[in-house]
Amino acid sequence: MSSITLPAGEDKPVYYEIDEHPHPEGHSTLLGFWIYLMSDCLIFAILFACYAVLGGNFAAGPGPKDLFDLNLIALNTAMLLFSSLTYGLAMIAMQNRNLRHVQMWLAVTGLFGAAFLAIELYEFSHLIHIGATPQRSAFLSAFFTLVGTHGLHVTFGLIWLVTLIVQLGRHGLNPANQRRVACLSLFWHFLDVIWIGVFTFVYLMGML
Amino acid sequence: MSAATTHAEQAAHDAHGIEIPHASYRDYTIGFVLSVILTAIPFGLVMTGALSPAVTAVTILGLAVVQIVVHMVYFLHMSPKAEGGWSITSLIFTIIVVGIMLSGSLWVMSHLNANMMPQAHEEMSQIP
Repeated sequence: MSSITLPAGEDKPVYYEIDEHPHPEGHSTLLGFWIYLMSDCLIFAILFACYAVLGGNFAAGPGPKDLFDLNLIALNTAMLLFSSLTYGLAMIAMQNRNLRHVQMWLAVTGLFGAAFLAIELYEFSHLIHIGATPQRSAFLSAFFTLVGTHGLHVTFGLIWLVTLIVQLGRHGLNPANQRRVACLSLFWHFLDVIWIGVFTFVYLMGML
Repeated sequence: MSAATTHAEQAAHDAHGIEIPHASYRDYTIGFVLSVILTAIPFGLVMTGALSPAVTAVTILGLAVVQIVVHMVYFLHMSPKAEGGWSITSLIFTIIVVGIMLSGSLWVMSHLNANMMPQAHEEMSQIP
């Protein structure tokens, strides 16, 4: 490990501390959260695999071409992409220690997220209304499970976002809140990454 | 790593508190513009039907992979140095597991389909 050297002209050997150091609170939170996201990635991978296997089993029911409206999906994708950008602006505002701007950009991100969720719920309610329910075929079961799980993640992200805005209002940009904003940043951008897979693999490939 | 440098790093750590990846306007602008382009192209290709379905499928899957990398680099600030290399290590591990799981599932299930389907039809035809 470490060796003790005696510098010339010194009587006493110099000792270096090789014990484990106390770490600042939460120093490994971001890495831990990243590893959580990786496990979340596995959940989505399984759901994508399910969709890939079951996506062709229509049970004589409606297929992607009968159900999906690409204009709506493009709008939804835009909402999520804008929310990623505004979250980035919140991160930059946090670097500049500007609490009001952090809260404002988080709120804008929340609005885009809510718009995404509203459009998705509208799509789901429309599908269920015309009889394309999760019970209709294996394709629809897999579709609702995959897209629904992503929607659920966005919902929890929104709850977290609102909680964080309130927390920031009460305690300001203390280290704990900075850490939380950074973790939610990872979560939010990660959901956008999953959405790339969803719109490409489910919606666009389905329309070919 | 010698004990002395650990000490210096520790001091730096204590001074700055938690290490949060540096965010810049430049990164987010580049990431956003690239994402918009990489999203618009696949939607355009599918909505106009400019290319044949097979070519379109390969193109949009390729663009999706590129866009995922863009998000990783410019939005998630992923780099080989982040968190002392541990985040990229866990990412690569996850990609390997996901790759095995996806390709394995699809391979097995397509074989099952190929083996089961004719038999299922035969059984159906034997039902009086």
